[in-house]
Amino acid sequence: MRKMNQIKDKPWLMRTYSGYASAQESNKLYRENMAKGQTGLSIAFDLPTQTGYDSDHILAHGEVGKLGVPMRNIEDMEVLFDQIPMEKINTSMTINAPTAWVLALYIAAAKKKGIAISGLRGTVQNDILKEYLSRGTYIFPPKPSMRLSADVISYTVNNIPKWNPINICSYHLQESGATPVQELAYTLANAMSVLDSIKARDDVRPEDFPRVVGRISFFLNAGIRFIEEICKVRVFTKMWDHICKDYYGVEDPKLRQFRYGVQVNSLGLTERQPENNIARIIYEFISVVLSKNARARSIQLPAWNEAFGLPRKWDQQWSLRLQQIMAFETDLLEYDDIFEGSEVISRKEKELEEEAAAELKIIMEMGGAIEALENGYMKRNLVQSNAKRLREIETQKRIVVGVNKFTEGESSPLTENIVQSFLSVDDAVEAEQISSLERFRKSRDKNKVAFALDHLGESVIAGENIMDASIKCAEAGVTTGEWADTLRDVLGEYRAPTGISGVLMGKLDNEDIARLRAKIQQLNEKLGRNLKLLIGKPGLDGHSNGAEQIAVKAREAGMEVVYEGIRLTPEKIAESALQEGVHVVGLSILSGSHLSLVPEVIRGMKQRGLEGIPLVLGGIIPKQDIPKMDLSIIRRVYAPRDFDLNRIMNEIIDVVARANDIKLSETEGNIRDG
Amino acid sequence: MTVDPFDIRLADILKGKKAAVAQALNLLEDKKPSSLERRVKLVETLSLNAKPERHVIGITGPPGVGKSTLISQLIPKYRAQKKSIGIITVDPSSKMSGGALLGDRTRISYDPKDVDIFIRSMAAGRHLGGVAWKTRHCLTLFESVYDRIIIETVGVGQSETEIADVVDTVVFVVQPGSGDSLQFMKAGIMEVPHILVMNKADRKSLAEKSKNELDAVASIGSTDKEGWNLTLTLTSALEGWGLDELVAAIEMHGLYLKERNISEKRRQNRIKWVYMIFRERFGSFAVDMLGGEKNILRILNQRDIINPFEEVQTFEQMFWKAISDSRLAASSSSTF
Repeated sequence: MRKMNQIKDKPWLMRTYSGYASAQESNKLYRENMAKGQTGLSIAFDLPTQTGYDSDHILAHGEVGKLGVPMRNIEDMEVLFDQIPMEKINTSMTINAPTAWVLALYIAAAKKKGIAISGLRGTVQNDILKEYLSRGTYIFPPKPSMRLSADVISYTVNNIPKWNPINICSYHLQESGATPVQELAYTLANAMSVLDSIKARDDVRPEDFPRVVGRISFFLNAGIRFIEEICKVRVFTKMWDHICKDYYGVEDPKLRQFRYGVQVNSLGLTERQPENNIARIIYEFISVVLSKNARARSIQLPAWNEAFGLPRKWDQQWSLRLQQIMAFETDLLEYDDIFEGSEVISRKEKELEEEAAAELKIIMEMGGAIEALENGYMKRNLVQSNAKRLREIETQKRIVVGVNKFTEGESSPLTENIVQSFLSVDDAVEAEQISSLERFRKSRDKNKVAFALDHLGESVIAGENIMDASIKCAEAGVTTGEWADTLRDVLGEYRAPTGISGVLMGKLDNEDIARLRAKIQQLNEKLGRNLKLLIGKPGLDGHSNGAEQIAVKAREAGMEVVYEGIRLTPEKIAESALQEGVHVVGLSILSGSHLSLVPEVIRGMKQRGLEGIPLVLGGIIPKQDIPKMDLSIIRRVYAPRDFDLNRIMNEIIDVVARANDIKLSETEGNIRDG
Repeated sequence: MTVDPFDIRLADILKGKKAAVAQALNLLEDKKPSSLERRVKLVETLSLNAKPERHVIGITGPPGVGKSTLISQLIPKYRAQKKSIGIITVDPSSKMSGGALLGDRTRISYDPKDVDIFIRSMAAGRHLGGVAWKTRHCLTLFESVYDRIIIETVGVGQSETEIADVVDTVVFVVQPGSGDSLQFMKAGIMEVPHILVMNKADRKSLAEKSKNELDAVASIGSTDKEGWNLTLTLTSALEGWGLDELVAAIEMHGLYLKERNISEKRRQNRIKWVYMIFRERFGSFAVDMLGGEKNILRILNQRDIINPFEEVQTFEQMFWKAISDSRLAASSSSTF
């Protein structure tokens, strides 16, 4: 019997994150999903789009259409929304560094359909700071990037009032290893730096400022420790309310609401016994819906088999059904907040809030989030937390069922045909996309394009809001690469701190490490030089957690590690291997572009006479792809499931020894200090 | 001419062929006794082929002041003047594991097709301070290949004085509001840098305040033994200004040295190098056996130093002789 006579809460917005290799295919998928009852669209773009390159740029090679739709010009946007009522739908776009551009394309496409842009609804991610910390798709340096982000915010506040112009993410921080306290502190510090940059502008009137605050939304992650996660989202709502009221003087409580969307953790999804992931997805999802006062506004759930590649339609449908069952079958929405009055919860909340406030204070004293980003403080702490997390899995302090405990299992009917059961992107897509781009370039009015780009450049230099000039570019037929290049010329490019150099590993508490060090010592003496490892991330994939953890561990084991960060051309990696005189090269690729990138690195190394240098690979590399690569040089292939980093180190040592005809004795050498 | 059995051709090295330079560096870093003879020969040959117009620049300063970004922006300036560049970046080694993260390449952007630029990262190893012992050997190589050589080291402390023993021009980079490094400079390293760079000067208010402070420090009097007055430069690697002034200041100091006593300065550097190798290999006990650092430097000062390895060997013989002399003395005394 229900005691409280209250109105049943409305369900959250249910999304599935999707994007296929071309605008046509994606369009078809969106229309199908809408027919199934989906209430919002969430669009993923491919990496070249996210990093501001056209499909035919050298860095785009192998990445076109891999992780989402290639969005190069207004034509792509029109195809994507063909027969979709833009005035009725709510569109969420995962786009950051080139947000102003993609939004300009969206606006231009809507205008062409004759839709009044003031009525458009949707969200752009537009959160640049977490790109430097974790996701990796930044283009320009932090300060100018903040300005572009603020341009979008001020434009939408004045012209598309229902648009959510920024979606500040703690999602990716958690994927990079952030603890709940770090998530709280870094995300709120980030949000404050956004608000500060808006406050400093003169195109947002002071009386409009509270409305800007009210339009800021957040994108959170939910991990498997779900009680703590419940407390985390509740603390987020409290701290945000407090910040908005006390720091920014927002009086209206509605505008201080912590509005957030969620995608639950994919980092914790396992490749082993992947059917267990459904349980993980559900437990994680519970933590963001259970507390009414801190309930997510929109949720997208990953697919159970995400570790294998892009999910199929059926996999996505399954994830959507999980949400529908929670919202429509259970009684969840009939109750008020069930945690009010719980002492246990409020104790945990207090603990989180105090620690997060202390961390936030440290950042504020440094001068804010941008400073703590540029000086590497936040990144270093994230890498360190992630190293700690991995070590806990390694030592079974943290249990992952089916991975480090209860590993034996029956063969699963779901994964029997796993090779066929995930959708891989056909390499022909890239060629098709390039030719459609070439055709587009030929069809447009060159003078109009040149004029629009000139105007854009001037507007960037003059410090004007670039939205108007960008919309004109979109209408004139400018491409993504041209738009971004114009800005690169004025604003410059940036390489973010890798965060690995200041990481402290703590005490030597592990016999395995001692053994590794002794073994490396022995190898070093026979090599004559210290074992030197180059870690390269070719292509546009910015997911650097794996590469960072390998780097940290390799140093801990006693190797000299050269790591140059993300987004390198294969040629640059080969050149570094030569100049640095390394003994072994490790490549990390998670975007699915290994079949084009790895052979290019090998070619570059061979051209430089480095065919004797062994290569090890890490990332998402399907088994069936391995024989397609040059196995005379590739000695090992690792997947994210290989959490035992000590074993990887041991094997790398063996690979180098073998490549140099060195025999290592198994007896332990003396561990020398220093 | 082939300088070692691995078939590295001297001509290829001197032409700056990257594969040859890389192999030669591998050899110079090698610690195996079996390769000593080849290393000695290579260093000697290279010493005789040093480019007369070369200029060695040390860039140092506390972590996080933007040294790598600064170097990254110096590259196109020098390349526009058609000068080839060799860069050595030195990172600290972990005391615990002996491992190191060589991360400075990350922020140095260059064209991998450019044949006139070469970057090598090195771990400082067990050597105190910041300049790896290998650095000096590799520098000998770079001196015969590149017009401008930049050595980047991290640190506040001994590394600045140590880098001064290796390079022609010391550039010390600080950032606004870094009270610590200023304190430190007041405490006595003002003699070391030739050029003081305040990077990140885009933080206007802070930069003004710190510049006043620096000016005050500089005005106390900071003329080094060659009579050079410390130059103060403001840069913003982020906004990309002040770079031309920095290059001009560096070149100015290079010219200044060339007009005066650069060969003597380099000879002194070489002497310290020999001393460093000797101490590195035989330890402070050996230094004491030969009458201490001052005495060794005095002896070296009287000699023509072409091949440091040979000099070290001479001292090694002196050391063994001193050992056996003292043994003789000890054993003869024991008979009484």
